[in-house]
Amino acid sequence: MDMIGLLGWIPLFPLLGFLILALAGERLSKSAIAWVGVGSVAVSALLAGLVGSEFLTGTLQPYHLALGTWIEIDELSIAFGFYLDALSVTMLFVVTGIGFLIHLYAAEFMASDPVLPPFAIPCRPRVPWELQRPLDRSETQRSSKNTELNANASAFDLGYARFFAYMNLFMAAMLVLVLSDNLLLLYLGWEGVGLGSYLLIGFWYENPHNGYAARKAFVMTRVGDTALLIGLLLLFRQLHSFDIQLLMLRATAHWPAGTLMPVAAAALLLGGALGKSAQLPLQTWLPDAMAGPTPVSALIHAATMVTAGVYLIARTHDVFLLAPPVQFAVATLGAMTLLMAGCSALVQTDIKRILAYSTISQIGYMFLALGVGAWSEAMFHLLTHAVFKALLFLAAGAVILCCHHEHSIFKMGGLRKSMPLAFWSFMIGSAALSALPFTSGFYSKHEILSAVYQVSPNLWAMGCLGALITGIYSFRPVFVVFFGVQSHLVTKSPGWRMNLPLLLLIVLTLFGGLLRLPLDSVFPLVFKVDRQPNLVSLITGAAPFFGVSIAGLFYLSGAFSAQRLAAYRLLNPLRNLFFSGWGIDALYDALFVQPFKALAKFNKHDVIDDLYTMTALIGQWLHLTVSASQTGRIRWYASSMALGAALILAIGRQS
Amino acid sequence: MTLTLFYLTSAVAVFATVMMITRLNAVHGLLYLILSLLSVGVLFFLLGAHFAAVLEVIIYAGAIMVLFVFVIMMLNQGQTTIDRERAWLQPAIWIGPSLLALLLFGEMAVVILFGGSAETGSVVTAKQLGMVLYGPYLLAVELASMLLLAGLVGAYHLGKPALKSGARS
Amino acid sequence: MNGIPMEQGLLLSAMLFVLGLIGVLVRRNLIMMLMSLEVVLNATGLAFVVAGSRWGDADGQIMFLLILTLAAAEVGVGLGLTLQVFRRFHTLDADSLNEMKG
Repeated sequence: MDMIGLLGWIPLFPLLGFLILALAGERLSKSAIAWVGVGSVAVSALLAGLVGSEFLTGTLQPYHLALGTWIEIDELSIAFGFYLDALSVTMLFVVTGIGFLIHLYAAEFMASDPVLPPFAIPCRPRVPWELQRPLDRSETQRSSKNTELNANASAFDLGYARFFAYMNLFMAAMLVLVLSDNLLLLYLGWEGVGLGSYLLIGFWYENPHNGYAARKAFVMTRVGDTALLIGLLLLFRQLHSFDIQLLMLRATAHWPAGTLMPVAAAALLLGGALGKSAQLPLQTWLPDAMAGPTPVSALIHAATMVTAGVYLIARTHDVFLLAPPVQFAVATLGAMTLLMAGCSALVQTDIKRILAYSTISQIGYMFLALGVGAWSEAMFHLLTHAVFKALLFLAAGAVILCCHHEHSIFKMGGLRKSMPLAFWSFMIGSAALSALPFTSGFYSKHEILSAVYQVSPNLWAMGCLGALITGIYSFRPVFVVFFGVQSHLVTKSPGWRMNLPLLLLIVLTLFGGLLRLPLDSVFPLVFKVDRQPNLVSLITGAAPFFGVSIAGLFYLSGAFSAQRLAAYRLLNPLRNLFFSGWGIDALYDALFVQPFKALAKFNKHDVIDDLYTMTALIGQWLHLTVSASQTGRIRWYASSMALGAALILAIGRQS
Repeated sequence: MTLTLFYLTSAVAVFATVMMITRLNAVHGLLYLILSLLSVGVLFFLLGAHFAAVLEVIIYAGAIMVLFVFVIMMLNQGQTTIDRERAWLQPAIWIGPSLLALLLFGEMAVVILFGGSAETGSVVTAKQLGMVLYGPYLLAVELASMLLLAGLVGAYHLGKPALKSGARS
Repeated sequence: MNGIPMEQGLLLSAMLFVLGLIGVLVRRNLIMMLMSLEVVLNATGLAFVVAGSRWGDADGQIMFLLILTLAAAEVGVGLGLTLQVFRRFHTLDADSLNEMKG
């Protein structure tokens, strides 16, 4: 059987899951919800495995699946089709594989979720009629207790179904994004994941803070999305197609390198990528996005959605090759982001915010790689990062869950013994994050840095400094949370549905570096990775060790104290600056939010509205004037008639 | 002779009408009104409209005025009403409408007098009238009968005792 | 020919009309208003009869006849209304019946 033809079914199953859960989730039992929510992604992952393995064992020729025409107006015809090459296979594996593991994990993680009864969903009154009847006391108590239980159970199921419905919707959109053969369909998926992200960040909407974080993420990414849309339409206007492969061919054929058109198009595409991947000017939403449940942070805000920007740039790399200034901007922004986010990660106390800043920082590495033209290295880092960051988030989720939703790392401690699997997961994930040898992160980051060195030693230096910082911030939570004095009594331990994904991800993290995806079939081969040891690779490899050692000196052995360091007058403001994410939130607040609010306040009573109000007032005035003549007195009317007759006679006489 | 009679009758008609609109007691007003109508009837006779003159006397001054008499009797207007009417008839009240009406009269006079002069007096007999009435004006006769029927029904309905005060409120 | 000038007949008609109009405008008693209205209608009829006499035509008198029927119907309905008003409001003051003012 031709497995590759099953490609079209892959996004369909999560979509079906979403529809089932959205329409009938209220009536399903909890286990049924888990079966539908996880099962749909499992089927997708299975199909993706079959399709991918057939593709990889074949000739690696891109496979194009035309499913039909989406929009057809006159000459404009937008196909609805999927495109499979080594790049989309990579993304497909990441999305479905890690997506499945996280769904499985979430099935347990969310089962004990203390979701309040949702207000937004219209709920029928659940007070039974017995309560209104005077009963003897014990019976009343029993029945009311039953009601409470029932209400709670149904509220659980509702939140549970809602969660998996959103997750499945996100999966469907993400798969459309990575498989799409044209930019418009890609944009559909792009907006779909944005929606999923918004819904899931604000999943616990009882807390207004979460809703605010969701809105912030939505609006910030929308800034980038607008740029992407403009870029997309610019490409269509100039090259008369939405089909990505055709666009790339035409761009290379028609546009000389470095001219205005490719630069403008690449810059606009970059804008979209920056928003979605939380890079420098638009990165502030990601740390706040941690308001969502931890599996969401793992899936959307670490492994898949935030790497969509990297995928987009890799997908349209031909345009970027034609625009060297933009490509240089990609590299510079990436390098700056990885340093800034790394510094912020150093001082955070919330375990998820540390991971969020590290995500921004690691995507900065990917952008750096993209900027220097190391396409396949960037994609490789995307793959390994997705694995170990998912591992870290899931381990963090297990810790958070077992410590009763405690987020601050300084309120945890000594969990090494009581949570061995979480400890080893976090340990190995941090090792991969800081690129210690023999982990997957080592291979990918090493490749990136050696490629960067061949282009620009300055950027390489920044990357190495980043690697040092990475070593510090990734082992800081390890030492703080898992070593030292045990602070929490761990009462519950995760079940198999949480442990299995952790184990599988540990294996992938350790051996993922051996995965060699044939990305060279997609990208032009630019760099020969030099595997001979030299000074550069030595420094590259040693930087993380320094970082880990510093973290150990501060947080494990206690040779230095962060408090003492912070006590210096110069360093404390610096710490605050890092903690606030370089004050960019405050900057944007002053630059955009406050002026906008002031403008809105200034124009509170809309100026344009006054015009319409005036019309209404004139009408009202006329009405009052004329109705005053309606005295209800018959003699007045008769007088009016007489006066009218006199006037008419006068007029008739005149003319 | 005719002209003298015309002026005399006109004077009576105007005088009776002026008296009628200024009477405080409705019954007195009604009697002056009948006088006015009768003098107009005489004018009709002088103008050669004998049939109209007869109708004026029989129907207007006779039948319709009897209705007024009945109603005035039913309403039983007493001395208090007369006092109130006196209070209502202050110059401040009637001067404005009177000026307006005089303006209208002035305009009509101008229109009439500028229209030139002509003699009247051609006699139209009842037979001529009947031939025209039941010839070209047959439809108008039908409409008039409908109007009278509607008036009859309306008067009956409005005058019913069942529509007492409070019946609908 | 008896020699009544038409314009004088019409002037008399106009004068009676205006007097009736003054009555309608000035009096507040509903019955007096109705009576004044009769004068107005009668004056109009006089104008038609004068015109009919001028042309020796039956149309003038026919118009008078129609005005007569109109007056009869009007008086019938008007007096019925007056009775109702008096029963309900115990007054014949036209100005106090102004509930329908705007």
